[in-house]
Amino acid sequence: MQLIFEKSKKGRKGIKLPDLDVAQEEISEKYKREKAPNLPEVSELDVIRHFTKLSQLNFSIDTHFYPLGSCTMKYNPKFAEQIANLEGFLNLHPFLPYILEDTVQGALEIIYKTERLLCEITGMDAFTMAPLAGAHGELTGLLLISAFHKHYGKKKKYVIVPDSSHGTNPASATVCGYDVIVIPTDKDGCMDLNIYKEKLNEEVAAIMLTCPNTLGLFNPHIKEIADLAHKAGALMYYDGANLNAIMGKMRPGDIGFDIVHLNLHKTFATPHGGGGPGAGPVGVKKELVKFLPIPRIIKKGNESFTLKFDCPDSIGYISPFYGNFIVILKAYAYILLLGKSGLMAVSEHAVLNANYIRVRLKDYYDLPYDRICMHECVFSAKKQAKNGVRAIDIAKYLIDKGFHPPTVYFPTIVKEALMIEPTETESKETLDRFIETMIEIARLAEKKPQILKNAPLTTPVKRLDEVKAARDLDLRWKP
Amino acid sequence: MHIPEGLFYTKEHEWIKIENNLGEIGITDYAQNALGDVTFVELPKIGDKIKQFEPFASIESVKAVSDVYAPMSGKVIKINEKLSTSPELINKSPYEEGWLIVIEIADKKEKENLMSAKDYKKYLEEIV
Amino acid sequence: MSYIPHTQEEVEEMLKIIGVSSIEELFVDIGEELRPKSFNLPEGKSEFEVKEDIKKISQKNNYSLIYFLGGGVYDHYIPAIVDTLSSRSEFYTAYTPYQPECSQGILQTMYEYQTAICILTDMDIANASLYDGGTALCEAVMMALRITERKKIIIDGGINPIYQKMLFTYTANLPLEIIKLPPNIGQADRDKIYKHLDEKTAAIILQNPNFFGTIDDHTDIIEKAHSFGALVIESVYPISLGLIKTPGAMGADIVVGEGQSLGIPLAFGGPYLGFLACKEKFVRKMPGRIVGATVDKEGKRGFVLTLQTREQHIRRQKATSNICTNAALCALRAIIYLSILGKEGFIELAKLNYYKSEFTKKKLREIGIEIINSPTFNEFVVYLKKDANEIAKIMIDKGFVAGLPLGNFYKGMENYLLIAVTEKRKKEEILNFVETLKDAINL
Repeated sequence: MQLIFEKSKKGRKGIKLPDLDVAQEEISEKYKREKAPNLPEVSELDVIRHFTKLSQLNFSIDTHFYPLGSCTMKYNPKFAEQIANLEGFLNLHPFLPYILEDTVQGALEIIYKTERLLCEITGMDAFTMAPLAGAHGELTGLLLISAFHKHYGKKKKYVIVPDSSHGTNPASATVCGYDVIVIPTDKDGCMDLNIYKEKLNEEVAAIMLTCPNTLGLFNPHIKEIADLAHKAGALMYYDGANLNAIMGKMRPGDIGFDIVHLNLHKTFATPHGGGGPGAGPVGVKKELVKFLPIPRIIKKGNESFTLKFDCPDSIGYISPFYGNFIVILKAYAYILLLGKSGLMAVSEHAVLNANYIRVRLKDYYDLPYDRICMHECVFSAKKQAKNGVRAIDIAKYLIDKGFHPPTVYFPTIVKEALMIEPTETESKETLDRFIETMIEIARLAEKKPQILKNAPLTTPVKRLDEVKAARDLDLRWKP
Repeated sequence: MHIPEGLFYTKEHEWIKIENNLGEIGITDYAQNALGDVTFVELPKIGDKIKQFEPFASIESVKAVSDVYAPMSGKVIKINEKLSTSPELINKSPYEEGWLIVIEIADKKEKENLMSAKDYKKYLEEIV
Repeated sequence: MSYIPHTQEEVEEMLKIIGVSSIEELFVDIGEELRPKSFNLPEGKSEFEVKEDIKKISQKNNYSLIYFLGGGVYDHYIPAIVDTLSSRSEFYTAYTPYQPECSQGILQTMYEYQTAICILTDMDIANASLYDGGTALCEAVMMALRITERKKIIIDGGINPIYQKMLFTYTANLPLEIIKLPPNIGQADRDKIYKHLDEKTAAIILQNPNFFGTIDDHTDIIEKAHSFGALVIESVYPISLGLIKTPGAMGADIVVGEGQSLGIPLAFGGPYLGFLACKEKFVRKMPGRIVGATVDKEGKRGFVLTLQTREQHIRRQKATSNICTNAALCALRAIIYLSILGKEGFIELAKLNYYKSEFTKKKLREIGIEIINSPTFNEFVVYLKKDANEIAKIMIDKGFVAGLPLGNFYKGMENYLLIAVTEKRKKEEILNFVETLKDAINL
């Protein structure tokens, strides 16, 4: 499809701006822009057709089953979109409370109440809603950990992560100045307890874990891991990406985690937006509250809210305002809609659906860890490699069959990984259709592998040359 | 897997061809295969000093960015300029046209820390 | 309401196939001692009830004030088409385009967005967005440290004070030398900068217009920085680039900024849009997602995420940053906004902002209020004879948000107010504002 720039016609206008009702003033040549910016010159209908057609080139949850493991692509309630458009929130300038807090009591109330709900869901004592995404939450968490240790005069150099961890974990640790110790996964699909005990030492600042882990497996030794960590003076960090599996069944705060980050765009159904925006609020136990970023939102008296800046041990500002407010608002609406039983049902059915897929596909695909999984299951396309079929080929063929592929090649510890997270909002018919297609693919891999290698054939473009994209960089249109 | 005789190999899959006090360095066939299509190579500058078993370059493919470790210590006297426009030479010809750098070897004795073609072949059989 | 479609029969069928007799059995790995100590949440309510509750809360906000307040985030008009198109669920319920063949919509819009940012800033390449202007600045600093392998940063006195605080928080654990120049309302103080500029400097951070609205030409500073092998990071306000000299034309190495003014609502702080652009030679050190054009096996043009090997999901510890999500939907809004404004519209919009701001300054001078800085784009500082926060409070009562009282960030500036004027402020509103301000001061 043509680019919007390629549809440009000199002199075409898209919009009428208000008439100038004051005098024109000259700006000194020295400070003037030299050449006019070559933005497109198109009509409003041009813009509508262009982006509407582009939207139709996308798979999305609203059009396709989207079992991307680790991403929790559940249905995004439209009600939340409507709430987000309430005039009372959309037109608020974030600096208003610096002038007069009375003007934004409603907004502060939403943030405060969401914090309290998240505390109850996770078993933590306080939250900051300020981090703007999951990885941002991880960084915030590590900064909190570092401030904690510094405060108590402890010299810490390392962060422990399992080799199955999401890439943001070690990356965040490194950005925070820590060296990473990687612990291998054992044959049961969990972080190797013995090697963990070996590597744990007094210089470890924190253990970063997700539970269930990225293989969708729950580590039954989690409490022991936490106790050992605390004995060594290390903190336990919970990567909440997989919270969808355990709501109402377990709370990280109850089993020894000191810090938690959540992904509102995963568990709490705020839309993924094609890659963002998200929100990554961070929860802490009371020992860490004093280090939380500012401003904090505090309740005064009965129903009035205020910003607290006077926190001498705070790590400072990790984002300019209070977090991605609109995302927080959508998550709040979601929690109110679902309530206690609803959230528990979410985890129960997410786990049910993933196990259903696991059991029905295990005779066709290699299942590296053959045990009850949680909300996602990880297969390997090892068997299919016989005829040269790889996980990527399976993914591309699924596209032709009208499914967004599962996550491939993650976690990195499983060769040719296929990570399937159906979520709780999919019907049995959808799951069955997906399973039948996967079984068909296993057969094709045996008998007609070429069909898989040629896929996709029904998409707007066929397989794209990613090598060329990286070698001959073309990152913008040029006239 | 092609493993030419007469070269010396490292555990990280680099090779070095020694001629008098000069050493030509590259990555092995196994390495280029594991990396996939090479898209970019970052080489040291002429005059840089490199140390045995420490990273001195990085090779980027669609799948990964890998550090390249020095088989022996020395001073860089030549770099393969062709790789900036044709990084695929590393895939096509890892032992010849895909060479990375040439160094003036600092300590010939370091050769003892490397594997012969036969040893490297055995090493590959173990790890694969 | 939990959006779960299964009937009881279906659940039983599935359990049978799995080989367990209840869903609880699937949670066998979570032993009794690991179960929640409490889970006291209210029960779920209907859409109708939740809407009533939240609407009541929304009414506790004062959302109809007339804004003369900026500070990096501005009240601009958002054309209807931006909401219409970005509300298409094919866009907003999609995810990161890791499978390009079924994500060409998102990928092409990101490529167009990258192009638009380059056009606005006169830079070679841009990434597919970061979270916001502050984190973008932090990422730019990390990038400069990586490129130069030096450890010293000089922050000009006109940089957004909150962004400065974020930078200190972000780099707290890194062995850096950060020189923070004292707050400076006017143009960048060259003497103060050059006093610290040396071969150890990785980058100088400049902002144009600066936080106080002052505009400048930083070409001379950039040349001097380059002579020491240091880079320059410019933080910019996109709407101003319809009128004022671009960072690219000045020679800046890395450009960042807050893209909220490009079709994104104020929304009490977010989500917003961070943009980052740079010179071509730095492309491999750029953080965040990048979309590139390529061809498919039949030679047809298509778009993919590229240079992913720098990113956390492949490089892990050695990643250029820990960033995963970008602000895709906000970037989409920005490219739609820039497309509908177009070349002429964007220039006209910038001029409207400038002219109205100059008019406001003239009227304020007429009532004896001192304008502190010049030249400015659409934001400027005034000196009030009383505490600016007190005046601002009175003005809120009268329906105006008069500006940002600078005493909130700078000791000694309690009488200074930062006023912003956008294209939304009609002449009568401005005249009314000035009159009301006069009364508020004389009260």
